[in-house]
Amino acid sequence: MSQFKDITENGIWKQNPGVVQLLGLCPTLAVTTTVVNGVSLGLATAVVMAASSGAVSPVRKFIPNEIRLPVFILVIAALVTVIDLLIHAYALPLHKVLGIFIPLIVVNCIVLGRVDAFAAKNPPAHAIWDGFIMGIGLTIVLALLGGMREVLGKGTLFSGLDLALGENFKHVVLTVIPDYQGFLLAALPPGAFLGLAFLIAAHNWAEQYKTNKKPTITPGPESELSEPLKPAY
Amino acid sequence: MPETIFKHTIKTAITLVAFAFTFTLLMTVVYQVTKTPIAESEAAARIALFQQVIPHDRYDNAVLNDTIDILPSALLGNKKPTTANIARMNDKPVAVILEAVAHDGYSGDIKLLVAIDYNGVISGVRVIQHTETPGLGDYIDIAKSQWIKLFDQESLIKTNSSNWTVTKDGGTFDYMAGATITPRVVIKAVNKALQYFKENKTVLLKETAKEIIKDVVKEDKKANKVGKNESI
Repeated sequence: MSQFKDITENGIWKQNPGVVQLLGLCPTLAVTTTVVNGVSLGLATAVVMAASSGAVSPVRKFIPNEIRLPVFILVIAALVTVIDLLIHAYALPLHKVLGIFIPLIVVNCIVLGRVDAFAAKNPPAHAIWDGFIMGIGLTIVLALLGGMREVLGKGTLFSGLDLALGENFKHVVLTVIPDYQGFLLAALPPGAFLGLAFLIAAHNWAEQYKTNKKPTITPGPESELSEPLKPAY
Repeated sequence: MPETIFKHTIKTAITLVAFAFTFTLLMTVVYQVTKTPIAESEAAARIALFQQVIPHDRYDNAVLNDTIDILPSALLGNKKPTTANIARMNDKPVAVILEAVAHDGYSGDIKLLVAIDYNGVISGVRVIQHTETPGLGDYIDIAKSQWIKLFDQESLIKTNSSNWTVTKDGGTFDYMAGATITPRVVIKAVNKALQYFKENKTVLLKETAKEIIKDVVKEDKKANKVGKNESI
């Protein structure tokens, strides 16, 4: 069970794809204009990651090393297509909002990165959990970033929730700052870069705070899990 | 050893083919399963969009299927043949729903849905696709502001052609501070759609009862091709 704990800790904090590995910046920066957009794409990514890890891990021993990347891409692309079709069929407004970014999950390097670095070397249960929790780690970053940009850029929170979950949720939309004129910088791409910088800074600060606080703890032998992923993709 | 290399190659190829086959099969199944729901939700979304430009109670026909072919036209800005939807009440045409494209937007094309009543008065206009700057030019979108409703009940008779521009250029249409290019091209596109309607009115509003359409589909299709020689 401790391995699941390790995986969880890695996905959410230590190796968070959004602020540590910095993989998959395309959706991180482009979609996070609102919380709802960020969370929707984050969850879609988490599902794709869990599914592709789950599909690769059981058959990992049958995939010759030379063709492992084409096979992984094939698996990921097929699963993304499936999810794209399902969202298109059953959540059309959401599909309109996320639009091009759903197919783009295929080229989000975090998906291939985790499949190659983790799912191809670990048993299915661990692999699925790793894929899912990495996706959740990304979702948290997208939600925070989306929240920051939405409040600063539009003065609202959770706008568009009715598109994702139905008309009943229209009243959940919060107007944080009434009569807000909008702050364009936050809504445009530079706002995403700046917001992400703040999140990374906060993450680094928290890490440093932790090490300064407990200087006596010596790091144990690095487990294979916490082996840092080189962002070479 | 050449034999092991050969074996390995075969194994690799078979694995790749097996994966390709399995996942193509998966996609085929999902595609087949989702085909109808996708078509249904697209149709529902389109009806909901039509409702914004012309209320349901003004027509009683299956407006989605009641179409007329439109050839590429400079006035509508469509580069490929497209279709217009005709709204009818008791088989009498009450309005035409046209799609117009403005190519000179601030960033990229702006797609409009324009519903024009039989008498040349605009029933409603909506922007269905645009990539204008958020917070500046995007007030043409009904989700952002009510600006697009300025066109309701407009016509070429009510406002003469030279006044079809923003107030800044001496026209009659208001705009919001920050962006004039966007409203300017939207106004121009709506104006051109009205001109298109004026020029092709007889064909667009031809009184074709549903039964007749069913019977002479082929002939009708030929006859319905309008705007062939028109350019600007």
